[in-house]
Amino acid sequence: MKKIRGDVKTLTIISGKGGTGKTSIVGSFASLAKKAVFADCDVDAADLSLIMDARIKTASEFKASQKARIDVAKCIQCGDCEDKCRFNAIQNCKVDYFLCEGCRVCSLVCPQGAISMEDVCSGQLFISDTPYGPLVHARLEPGEENSGKLVTLVRQTAEQIARNEGFEYIIVDGPPGIGCPVIASLTGATASLIVTEPTISAISDLKRVLSVCNHFKVPPFVCVNRCDLYQENVTRITEFCQQEGVEILGMIPYDPNVVRALVQGKPVVGYTESAASQQIRKLWDRLAERVTLQ
Amino acid sequence: MIIAVASGKGGTGKTTVAVNLALALQLENNVKFFDCDVEAPNAYLFLKPNITHSEPVVTACPTVDGTRCTFCGKCAEVCAFHALVVLKERVLLYPELCHDCGGCELFCPQNAIGKKERKIGIIESGLAGNIAFFQGRLTPGEPFSPPLIRALKRIVSNDSIVILDAPPGTSCPVVTTIEGSDFCLLVTEPTPFGLHDLALAVELVQKLEIRAGVVVNRADIGDDKVDAYCAKKGLPVLMRLPYDQELAIKYAQGMSAVGVLPEYQQKFSQLYQEINVLAR
Repeated sequence: MKKIRGDVKTLTIISGKGGTGKTSIVGSFASLAKKAVFADCDVDAADLSLIMDARIKTASEFKASQKARIDVAKCIQCGDCEDKCRFNAIQNCKVDYFLCEGCRVCSLVCPQGAISMEDVCSGQLFISDTPYGPLVHARLEPGEENSGKLVTLVRQTAEQIARNEGFEYIIVDGPPGIGCPVIASLTGATASLIVTEPTISAISDLKRVLSVCNHFKVPPFVCVNRCDLYQENVTRITEFCQQEGVEILGMIPYDPNVVRALVQGKPVVGYTESAASQQIRKLWDRLAERVTLQ
Repeated sequence: MIIAVASGKGGTGKTTVAVNLALALQLENNVKFFDCDVEAPNAYLFLKPNITHSEPVVTACPTVDGTRCTFCGKCAEVCAFHALVVLKERVLLYPELCHDCGGCELFCPQNAIGKKERKIGIIESGLAGNIAFFQGRLTPGEPFSPPLIRALKRIVSNDSIVILDAPPGTSCPVVTTIEGSDFCLLVTEPTPFGLHDLALAVELVQKLEIRAGVVVNRADIGDDKVDAYCAKKGLPVLMRLPYDQELAIKYAQGMSAVGVLPEYQQKFSQLYQEINVLAR
């Protein structure tokens, strides 16, 4: 995705490790950010709509891949397709749906023209209204591929809405990991916020996801969630970030109100003025200031 | 017996469950542990293996022999992934889009296409106590983890207890990991997020026809809807782990429950007994 020109700024929230609090923080940003479009790019575990009081306005099918289908009436069981398939997706003239990557080599080598490629509906794209602004989200069917393409579609749709309706920000709730959906969530963004926590796992993943930000030249910022869990690791994160020249914009303490709010389907900011809400407010102010300057 | 530990939602405690299960079983069994979360591998932080072997994992991508190519465009036509674009006097290659299906090589009328290897990550192995430990590490910036996970899984043999620590989500990296397992443990937490993503993971294991059971982590936070869902679906809840601040602090430092509190040894051995019954 190309860098967005003009006034729309894209901010992507990622973490490497899952469950550090990305979605809870993005949900809280929703109640703080004026003029923002939200994009849930964790398309195979899309949870942001659950705390944004979302009402689906439009739903459309996402078709980006094909799977092979063998017409048994035409098949002479020559085995050419099986030989040439690099994914071991054809055995005894049957296509394994999950192993087939849709490369269509089988359909091209079949001497009988018995193999056709069929479009697969891999998921759905949604545009929802929320009290906080428009939300673009998706559902990737469990087991499907092409999550990166669906992420790109979610971002493009959010970008269109932002341009057409004059929004200042697109806030992207990214997926865990460092693979294709993360790269698709990150490329061309104005800045990224990495949500980490003071655990040995989260720190390890922070390092990995930071190198992805650097690789794709997206300016990173860091915030530490559950910062009161283990002080020594907070010190480690602080030292690491100093060394890497990355600014830590917030420290959010463990706060049972986050889960209480979640159970009510609300972000913690706006639900109650607790310790976490106060720190998330400060984080948002600092972040918005930095992103405006990018 | 191959046991995959998956979750849908990230950060529910997959690695915690997988590591503790391995630690609890290693005294009396042959255990092999595979960290298949190659984008964010963390089990090594807890099992602390002595890594003695490391090898690169490569995928292939096409090369074009300029002296043979006539720029006919056949390769670009057959490539379903747009990894080649043929211009008037040039072929542009996008190796990171290539799935190594072999189509371009197979159909080039000039035999002008060869392949070269591209490193996408490494596989490391070693011993962690009695546990044979294996992990994949995807190189940051590389988009596709399934080839690396497939390379890891080629080492899996069913002659011992095999534990696969899966990545979060429900898309291709998870499918690649859990496919072919005898049992899938789904780790969740009792919150709306945990429930939503558990339901997706359950859809996936049903599609793949893998037997599954649930572990509820931080079982005392949130609400009781995960239990209601499991009851409705007939999914066995095999274990509940309460939130324990002291254990969370130990976890933050890379210590695991079985190593810290002896009753967890018993709990996780019991979990395996139940899996053993259900998987048959």
